[in-house]
Amino acid sequence: MSQFVSFVLPGIPYGCAYALMAAGLVLTYQASGVFNLAFGAQAFVSAVLFTIAVRAGWPGWIAFLVSVVLAAPLIGVLLEQVLFRFTRTAPPLVKLVPALGLLIAIPSLVQLVIGTSARVPSSLLLSPSEVYFHLAGSPVSGEELSTTVVAVVVIILLALLLQSSGLGLRMRAVVESPRMAELAGIRSERVSAFAWGISSLFAGLAGVLLAPIYPQVNAANFTALLVAAVAAAAIGGFASMPLTLLGGVVLGIVQEVIAGYLPSGSVLSSGLRPAFPFVVLAMVLVSRRSLRGAQPSLGDPLAGCDPPPPSLRPPARMAEVAIGSRVFAGVLAALLLVTAAVLVPGNWEFTLTQGLVLSVIFLSITVLTGLGGQISLCQATFAGAGAFAVGQLAAHFGTPVLLGLLVGGGLAAGIGALVALPTLRLGGLSVGLLTLSFALVADNVLFLYSWSGGGGSGLSVPRPTVAGISFASSSAFFWLVVVLLALVSLAVRLLGAGTTGQELAAIRGSEIGAASIGVNVNRLRVVAFTLSAAVAGVGGGLYASLQQSVSPTDFNYQFSLVYVVVVASIGIYTVAGAIEAGLAYTVLLQLIGNLPSRYSSLLGLVFGLVALSYVRHPEGVVEYARIWALDRAEQLARLLKRHEQAAGS
Amino acid sequence: MALLEASDLSKSFGGILALAEVTLRVESAEAVGLVGPNGAGKTTLFDCIAGWTRADTGRIVFDGRAIDRLAPYRRSRLGIGRTFQRLELFTGMTPLEHLLVAERVRAGTGRLWKDLLGLGRPTAAERDLAAETLALVGLEDVADAPVSTLSLGRARLVELARALVGSPMLLMLDEPSSGLDDQERRALVATMRRVRAERGTAVLLVEHDLDLVSAVVDRLVVLETGRVIADGGVAGVLAAAGVRRAYLGPAR
Repeated sequence: MSQFVSFVLPGIPYGCAYALMAAGLVLTYQASGVFNLAFGAQAFVSAVLFTIAVRAGWPGWIAFLVSVVLAAPLIGVLLEQVLFRFTRTAPPLVKLVPALGLLIAIPSLVQLVIGTSARVPSSLLLSPSEVYFHLAGSPVSGEELSTTVVAVVVIILLALLLQSSGLGLRMRAVVESPRMAELAGIRSERVSAFAWGISSLFAGLAGVLLAPIYPQVNAANFTALLVAAVAAAAIGGFASMPLTLLGGVVLGIVQEVIAGYLPSGSVLSSGLRPAFPFVVLAMVLVSRRSLRGAQPSLGDPLAGCDPPPPSLRPPARMAEVAIGSRVFAGVLAALLLVTAAVLVPGNWEFTLTQGLVLSVIFLSITVLTGLGGQISLCQATFAGAGAFAVGQLAAHFGTPVLLGLLVGGGLAAGIGALVALPTLRLGGLSVGLLTLSFALVADNVLFLYSWSGGGGSGLSVPRPTVAGISFASSSAFFWLVVVLLALVSLAVRLLGAGTTGQELAAIRGSEIGAASIGVNVNRLRVVAFTLSAAVAGVGGGLYASLQQSVSPTDFNYQFSLVYVVVVASIGIYTVAGAIEAGLAYTVLLQLIGNLPSRYSSLLGLVFGLVALSYVRHPEGVVEYARIWALDRAEQLARLLKRHEQAAGS
Repeated sequence: MALLEASDLSKSFGGILALAEVTLRVESAEAVGLVGPNGAGKTTLFDCIAGWTRADTGRIVFDGRAIDRLAPYRRSRLGIGRTFQRLELFTGMTPLEHLLVAERVRAGTGRLWKDLLGLGRPTAAERDLAAETLALVGLEDVADAPVSTLSLGRARLVELARALVGSPMLLMLDEPSSGLDDQERRALVATMRRVRAERGTAVLLVEHDLDLVSAVVDRLVVLETGRVIADGGVAGVLAAAGVRRAYLGPAR
């Protein structure tokens, strides 16, 4: 019994923090329809501010006022005002991408401005390390006690606020239809901004409460906090506040108890504790009825009065302009390739190769999201499966790399199909969260065994040899990658233009309509996941062969998030967009690598911020620029034609 | 034997009985109108037949085959085409593309390996057939315009054309005339008559415009609070006292 209590007690502060942030998630989701994954980053900001203030010698309560009561709601309201109020009726991807961008950009910004900070033992109310009393023989420290007390008080205050003021009801009205709510006399902008302020305060509070408990104040810890909170919110069905709070607390406690009873030293014991919330999240998403079978939400009842959303297909062009742009793109690509082969110095050749390899992985997102309209936050995991397959086959059986790539692609495809099955009846947001939880389970458990990710030291991977010709030199490998990328690009294009692509386009337009003409929607969703995972697996295997080694951290979940954000911001609907994204990412990475190391987080900042443009330009910034340029070219062509006609007559 | 035989269908949502032992038969090439006040269960009955809702009790036999347990896409492949009260178009695609993908799905000739070999693009024959169907509903002039640019009336005609692809045996239309102007309404009536005459397609029509219904159907079924209160020839049903009370109102 006393042992059990000693495991339960340290779980309570975690549980309280999970519950607080989960309450914030549910509140914003209910009030604005946005599932704000950026709360993880917002919690991080408050934690950093608090830590800095305390280290500067400020009294704890002033540090608390500044970091939680002032800064956190300010950030929340700011985000709502400049960004999220425009996404209210948008499809899930448009809501998700900016939040992911912020999740990546905000910590990058913090690191750029402030740098990393070590923890400071501190607590809000009581002296942190003093033991106030014993519970069944276990000491209760001021740290644990103050965390619990603060969380409970704040949650009671929220409950009173929602109950007494009728605010909860108004919030529900605003989610249903902001304009209808306004017709009924509710100031929906204000309600929404208020919800964002309150829930950001909760996120900041959760961050500050956990800051002293984590060994280090770094962004990854707060992303883990976020996912645990997401699991708690799922337990509450993204709607019920009491269930959400209970879920958060229980999750925190069970997590610690499991970690306490598992034998120490094995992969399971070190991995299961961080992976536990994700396992819960996956189970809840798959089993909870209210989250299943839900068709994409109907949207605003008044949406019929709005002009239709702009079409994402590129407009048809005049023949001259269409041919001209193709010739231009072809010449540009040829020039680039020749330059790469002749002029480019060694380290840049590696960078370009890396960019093209990454383009292969990015094409998997083009297939799944661009063609299939589905969101996956585990593409790096699929890539990792391919990479480890290539590495293990080469190490144990001496399998040639190209054959390994095929097997790796096949393995990833199989995993993709398995991941797709439980997502079949879920809506966009839930699919994203389910794939994210799969990625985290893979990171923390599946990839840590020596038979999968090669254990701590990773695997060494050879460069390919085909029919006696070695592609070990970097320039030979570059050309091999060019050929493979061309093949995959062609396959994706043909897929999009063929029956499968058209059926997927139909499903993207309307799943109900597609089924009414006889399309087996479930089968096609699995097909899209399978093909996408296969492409990612091949790309991952190539990546391993390029680096000549691979370890589990090369494909952790953060890469999945970054991949989606990068591709979505450059252009998720075209093959060209994926290649541009791959090149842009690695070239920028290389340029930043030349700067002093404190600028290393610029990359995340740049792409995170570019992703914010996704709200206005879901076609991607490069695609938008291309459409703009072609519009101008078309105007010019028309003008020239008119001149010719005038001259002729 | 009837083309469609739905017998004793009951369906309740929570405590509300949407359908109470409804029996509906549609012979092949017959046109049946389904009318009744809003909330009478017309759309629920539609959804049960098309497969979007499973009835609590009862049996549905289509073309001699029990289809109760089949998914909507399987029922569509058996020859049930339908349109929707709320548009379910493929946003971002043109009317022509709507028909091309529908043809390919109906023919069942699409294969992944064909796509990857570049054999997946529409053939000339498929294009001709699609153009023919577009002409049938009078949409030739907007074949290549994104559907988001069409008026509500013309968008409904795209749905009708999409449902007509592959000559379904039963065409189910859910309030096809709402949002249509007079000219489009006449085109709709002409199209329904023509597919019946030329292809022997049976039509099941939910519609509030009784003039339009009378111009198309042979038989009228009236639903009220989940029950069939009248079933028979158009003139007879419209004259029946119960129908007047439940649906038409005394002024009619």
